[in-house]
Amino acid sequence: MRAVMTAEDVSRVLRRIAHEIAERNHGVDNLVVIGIRTRGGPLAIRLSELLAEIEEATVAVGILDIGMYRDDIDRRPKIQLGPTEVPVGIDGKTVVLVDDVLYTGRTIRAALDALADLGRAEVVQLAVIVDRGHREIPVRADFVGKNLPTARSEHVMVRVAEIDGADGVWIEDSAEVEGRTA
Amino acid sequence: MKHLLTMEGVTKEALVGLLDDADEFREVIERPIPKVPALRGRTVATLFFEPSTRTKLSFERAAKALSADTLSFSPGTSSLKKGESLKDTVLTVKAMGADLMVVRHKSTGAAWRVAEWAEVPVVNGGDGAHQHPTQALLDSLPLRQHFGDLEGLRIAIVGDIRHSRVARSNVFAFTTLGAAVTLIAPPTLLPPDLAGWPVKTNSNLDDVLTEFDAVYLLRVQAERGGASVFPSVAEYRQRFGMTGARFRRLKPDTIVLHPGPMIRGIEIDSSVADDPRCKVLDQVTNGVAVRMAVLFQLLGGSLDV
Repeated sequence: MRAVMTAEDVSRVLRRIAHEIAERNHGVDNLVVIGIRTRGGPLAIRLSELLAEIEEATVAVGILDIGMYRDDIDRRPKIQLGPTEVPVGIDGKTVVLVDDVLYTGRTIRAALDALADLGRAEVVQLAVIVDRGHREIPVRADFVGKNLPTARSEHVMVRVAEIDGADGVWIEDSAEVEGRTA
Repeated sequence: MKHLLTMEGVTKEALVGLLDDADEFREVIERPIPKVPALRGRTVATLFFEPSTRTKLSFERAAKALSADTLSFSPGTSSLKKGESLKDTVLTVKAMGADLMVVRHKSTGAAWRVAEWAEVPVVNGGDGAHQHPTQALLDSLPLRQHFGDLEGLRIAIVGDIRHSRVARSNVFAFTTLGAAVTLIAPPTLLPPDLAGWPVKTNSNLDDVLTEFDAVYLLRVQAERGGASVFPSVAEYRQRFGMTGARFRRLKPDTIVLHPGPMIRGIEIDSSVADDPRCKVLDQVTNGVAVRMAVLFQLLGGSLDV
């Protein structure tokens, strides 16, 4: 297992992304930050706090569960459903979706479907900590913490303090992944 | 192939997993557009060889809220009339492309037979007086919503236990979730053999009325001979009915449940049926949500029962 981002790196990246979000949207009026469960949730909360600090305003934040929107429920182990908690209407809002890793794009596709059932956002943007490539559908991120070239056989792990105890990003190579699943 | 045929032996973990998912699906059915794409392209067949309003409707509602298609079958207008066997009916529905079958049949064990033939997941929607597992799930949900947890609750199941698949399912679900269950009925309406049932019994409702956190009333099942074992409807009401007077004696936060259809004036007085502490309509709403959870987990391959 190889560390590619330390806790400090993650923290810097989040701060930069917060500034980019504020810059792109000319402030935070009309903004809702929505994390994709599970690790997108705490990341969205941190981004909203950073945005509030930078812009001296309150920023709405929510969590989206996409278990019911996946297109592969019979190809995965148990999908654990969790609550979707988006406290404000998203009609006409600028929604920033937040996730830890952008990979095939299928999670984002499911999240866009889930979001559409909550209302009609004016604009949807995507922020991720790591973009590891290998897209299977035409999805891209608006805000990327780090572009990380990987092989498909590798496994990228983003850990966040709220869930895993500490922040950081690691890559496991194929031998380690196999060793773990064997 | 996983099926949901009985509540007997289902683990607490599996029950809690289904109830947790049902809580999420409740949120879906309360949306302006109550539909998610989870089972898009799947087909759920409802094979009801016995009459049903709420179970059949709520399975179909659940399937549609998950974007599945439904195939339904009613015995009165089908080739059963021409003498087609249960097996051939099941194989025909399978050949039509059903991905899951919900079966209700008057014969005990029918759903197990269907599960042998179907090659797809099967849900028992009620087999005779034997089992009705999704009813037990939807009855557990209002208890969990009202009390937070079933652990340590004292629940009375009152009435025609002998002919009740609801009682047989609920006893196992409630006790697995940690509640203590007392069956209250005249001896003639108790099953002949209660060996292996984790319950107490009592034949005098008034003696123990104030002990319970929830009172679950069963319908007197005339179609299964339930009306012939006590002298009169008036006597049944007088001894086992939830009359207004009994309702007032219950502990202040005790809730009343009933699987429906309710026969007002026999097992439950009209004033009780309309009281907010009677959770019958919650049970119906929950019925759709728990059936969504069952379909989602069975077709997703994640239900471990």
